Amino acid sequence: MAETILVIAEQREGKLNRVSLETIVGAQALAKQTGWTVEAALVSGGNAPVDELKAAKLARIYSVEGPELAQYTPDGFVGALKALIEAKRPKLVLLPHTYQVRDFAPKLAATFGAVLVSDATGAKFEGGKVLFMRQMFQGKFTADVALAGDGPWFVSFQSGAYRADQLEAGTADVETIAAGSATIRTKPEAPFQEAKQAVDLSQAEIIVSVGRGIKEQKNIALAQALADALGGEIAASRPICDAGWLPMERQVGSSGQTVSPKLYLALGISGAIQHIVGMKGSKSIIAINKDAEAPIFEVADVAVVGNLFDIVPALTEEIKKAKA
Amino acid sequence: MKILVCMKQVPQKDAPLKLNEQATWVREDVGYEVNEPDAYALEAALQLKEKNGGEVVVISAGPARAQQVLREALAKGADRAIHLEDDRFVTLDAFNIARSFAEAIKDESFDLVFTGLQSDDYGYAQTGVLLAELLGWAHATIIMQIEPKDGGIRVKRELESGFFQYVEMPLPSVLTIQSGINKLRYATLIGIKQAKNKPLRKVTYDEVAAALKPNQLTIEKLYVPVKTKQTEVITGAPGEVAKKLVAKLRDELRVL
Repeated sequence: MAETILVIAEQREGKLNRVSLETIVGAQALAKQTGWTVEAALVSGGNAPVDELKAAKLARIYSVEGPELAQYTPDGFVGALKALIEAKRPKLVLLPHTYQVRDFAPKLAATFGAVLVSDATGAKFEGGKVLFMRQMFQGKFTADVALAGDGPWFVSFQSGAYRADQLEAGTADVETIAAGSATIRTKPEAPFQEAKQAVDLSQAEIIVSVGRGIKEQKNIALAQALADALGGEIAASRPICDAGWLPMERQVGSSGQTVSPKLYLALGISGAIQHIVGMKGSKSIIAINKDAEAPIFEVADVAVVGNLFDIVPALTEEIKKAKA
Repeated sequence: MKILVCMKQVPQKDAPLKLNEQATWVREDVGYEVNEPDAYALEAALQLKEKNGGEVVVISAGPARAQQVLREALAKGADRAIHLEDDRFVTLDAFNIARSFAEAIKDESFDLVFTGLQSDDYGYAQTGVLLAELLGWAHATIIMQIEPKDGGIRVKRELESGFFQYVEMPLPSVLTIQSGINKLRYATLIGIKQAKNKPLRKVTYDEVAAALKPNQLTIEKLYVPVKTKQTEVITGAPGEVAKKLVAKLRDELRVL
């Protein structure tokens, strides 16, 4: 019997997120190599956006519905998905690596005695063996990871690991499954936004972004001067915003904004995965960092290994001259 | 409240990491430091204790060197420490580390277990959630604030895209703490002195071995990431670099 890959897609307020589609693309790519079939599941209170999935090449779609699933809780989601996986016995369960998945997927895997391969950047089929790639040591190394046992295996794919526009089209039937009742121990309140985001970095054409390498708050001025000379916006990696050197709304990365400017100039940013996922879609990336081994150089189009405190003022002056 | 904080020692952020001969892990001869997210978990626990009373216990699994992390935590104000000391803990997967911790604390009664968001080496981000499952407790991840409420707690979770959410939870529970939510304290001289007399319980590998299962997850190979992009390296004195970059910005990227 052919093995099955089950993708647990994620939706919020009736809309699929992009990384769910990317995960289906990843499943389709692995299925081509292994000959396995791909199915998808959606968990909801009853408003699942199955139409978006129906247009994808999938063997089947399971819409798992129940009043307790309208709002996310780990107990509710794990209860519903555990029952589904026990009934359908997939070989591999693939999930998008979102904050929500981080919250429940290790628990879901654990109920099957399995450990999740989290935040994978891809999968390959070599010599009859499925291997998953994931970044380690903050992106300094990649690991090929193998899972033991017959499954179900659990793997989450990082945002951007696959391209949503490569989704194979098809038609799929939807099977609606009523979720059983679960004991839910936590009481979530409605999600909220702290402050209206005044800066929409996703619209910026040029972004000058600073990381830990900037060392002191007063040095932010150097980056600001460069951003001003270029007519761009200033942004930062998380530690800079945590320190209060720039407001949170200027943070780029998994917990901040996702950007894709024409030019992303990374100053003293080492390139932790959480930052990279927020900016790797930029058309052109120039990175200045004193550490030649910094992971940011893996995604950079132009790499400058050197002291930003010498290079940035010189660059600002040179740009002013060029614009004059 | 009695709080357990799970802490890990990892290679220093700027350590020049080299692969071992089998290319399955990094060589040990580098500097180590506390996993930064765990430092925020410890700070959250210490602040909670200062407000509401109780006890803060720190736990770590790793070789003898990992004791440094526990000593630092004691110097910052933790009351006692548990060290699962063995080289073999380094290569256990997240589930087995969680099993080891669960076994080591089976005679304790904590109200809360904190972990950092994830580790800077493996980055699995699941030891806390797995521990909750093993203990049969509720959990919540990426926590920004914790306050006692009606015999339980009310926590603030970070969601994606600038959204947050409050969640009410029973005790005992496991929380994974978001980095950067508090200001890390330094150990005082008095703290460092007092730490020497604080209890540190050692647990051997054999004491927890019966609770372990074969690792499910194996690192077959570790390697420097394969570049998917052509990167042009620009070198020279700062003035030269600036000129070359400007030429690029003007002629190729056309942003000037």
